[in-house]
Amino acid sequence: MTTPLKTLIVAAAGVLMLAAPVLAPAYQNQLAMLWVMVILSLTWDIVGGQMGYNSFGNIVFFGVGMYVAAVVQRDLYFDIERFAEVAGGVESMLPPGDYLTGFGLGALSGAAAAVLLAAVLGTAILGMRGHYFAICTLGLGIAAGEIANGIDYIGAGSGMVTPLFPDALGARGMFFCYYFMAIAVIAFLVLRWLYAGRFGLALNAIRDDEDKAEAMGLHTTRYKIVAWSLAAFFVALAGAGVGNLIGFIDPIDVAFAGATFGVWMVLMAILGGKGTLWGPIIGAVIFHVTQELFWTYFLGWQRVALGALIVIIVVFVPQGIMGWMRERWPERFGHRIAESPVRARPEVAS
Amino acid sequence: MPMSNLTLLFEAPIFSVQLLLDGLLIGGIFALAAFGMALVWGVMNVINITQGEFVILGGYVGYFLAEAGIHPMFGVPAAVVVLYVVGWALYRLVIFRIVDKDLFISLLATFGLSILAQQLMNEVFGADIRTAESGLANVYLFANQVTVAEIKIIAFVIALLLGAFLVVFLRKTRMGQAIRATAQNARAARILGIDTDKVYATTYALNAAICGAAGALVVMTWIIHPYVGLIYTVRAFMIVVVAGLGNLAAVVAAGLGLGIAENFAGFLLGAEFQAAFVFSLLVVILAWRHLRLSRQRKYLK
Repeated sequence: MTTPLKTLIVAAAGVLMLAAPVLAPAYQNQLAMLWVMVILSLTWDIVGGQMGYNSFGNIVFFGVGMYVAAVVQRDLYFDIERFAEVAGGVESMLPPGDYLTGFGLGALSGAAAAVLLAAVLGTAILGMRGHYFAICTLGLGIAAGEIANGIDYIGAGSGMVTPLFPDALGARGMFFCYYFMAIAVIAFLVLRWLYAGRFGLALNAIRDDEDKAEAMGLHTTRYKIVAWSLAAFFVALAGAGVGNLIGFIDPIDVAFAGATFGVWMVLMAILGGKGTLWGPIIGAVIFHVTQELFWTYFLGWQRVALGALIVIIVVFVPQGIMGWMRERWPERFGHRIAESPVRARPEVAS
Repeated sequence: MPMSNLTLLFEAPIFSVQLLLDGLLIGGIFALAAFGMALVWGVMNVINITQGEFVILGGYVGYFLAEAGIHPMFGVPAAVVVLYVVGWALYRLVIFRIVDKDLFISLLATFGLSILAQQLMNEVFGADIRTAESGLANVYLFANQVTVAEIKIIAFVIALLLGAFLVVFLRKTRMGQAIRATAQNARAARILGIDTDKVYATTYALNAAICGAAGALVVMTWIIHPYVGLIYTVRAFMIVVVAGLGNLAAVVAAGLGLGIAENFAGFLLGAEFQAAFVFSLLVVILAWRHLRLSRQRKYLK
């Protein structure tokens, strides 16, 4: 692609992204959640797609980021009893400066906690392969929710309320839309840079043949832990924002929502095409729009419809949209085409 | 408070007998579901996350029979029949497409089915906690210090009988032999004229039926709810991981052990952490096994 045209497209997309929350104020919350979905599927793909370690447990970092941020926000300016008294009341609204300080510090500490947790957990379980890792992380995600459900300090089963968003900062949806957009764009740029270099090659080597990668002198464990921590960092930042956007943290339905966000992030990456840079983004957009349509047209049954959608996607398009396009137009992806057409395989009688 | 419960155990040792018995009896039901999971895993190379939803669905069969005025004990054969049909239909609709795919695809697809089943049950049966009264008395032991519900003993015996029946089925019948042959080498079985597709369908339906029976026992001894299925899957998986595929005695032992461990943990940590204990135990067991293997430079695969 020629450079001026590419610049033009990028600029147009950038303007559209920045203008969208202003142009469609009624859809600010949906747009914000769309960016969250992009972050989740993009970061799931680091470990799940590029590295081949299918994790159901990234939701842990989402919840940890959310809870740590909320606790920091709460304890920085309120003592617990006072907060419980006025929670949700008008008095608990902070001045904008204090709110931003609290949120910023909270999000950063949430991310730090998640990275630390990813490093510790990764050391313990990233050596498992295949489905053992997948099920172990599935257990991890649910265990985290159940544990949070029993801890009184963070509200146990009755959940936790985040500080009210100050009116002076404008609409909450708008603020978080730009917040998530910034994280998604940064995550995208960082990943594009990393995938293009040695790091990306190392991850792909681990996916393709871990034993050989190790025999070639790669410190596979180190790469795996760094990759998972990277995902944890961005997911935790997203989680901190989601807690504040929704305003209420339920341990199992919002924070450690393994049956919704936890499996959706896997699904979006698969739908778009795992192991590609753009696949998870495409998957996230399509999935989020579909999901919103389900809410409109299958009211009451939307969760059933989503369950069916999971099965359909996994069974019928396991290679994803990007994977399908790569098979369809291999030359556009830089693959050499063999002399005899590969696709014209003789039909095998079954 | 949890810690005072520990001292209570030392001061009144008879109480641990109570916990032990309760755990042991419920462990038989876990072992039954685990047996089904091992069967499907071993024969079809599919890790069936829908396991727990089969259990809950079986429980609903027992519950609705009780509602209709029939004794819930008849729920066991009824659940076997209903779930066999459900399992067969599910295989013909979805599972046959993923049998020869890689394990992650089948894992994710059955996870999707599990979510679908949860939501369907929630919409159709409602989100209430259900239980079915068996109308049986309690047995009092050790000068009335230990209480055991008769239904738990009966459920335990039925679970073991069903397991034994399944073993005989696999050893003696033509279909059982075909299932074992397919598990050993599906390709060779196909060459020798075994209809492996039918074998897979039977295996999957049989597993659903076993889980359904377990569920019909659960609804009489415990409670069911549309969203508590996954924990049965995790228990089954844990038991299979510890016991290995195709080792029946170990499956029973691991099932009973899990039941006991879970009951003690629920008592010591508080009931709100019992589920957390089960899921954390899964992570710990896998991490521990991985650690032991990695010393020999092997890995869990």
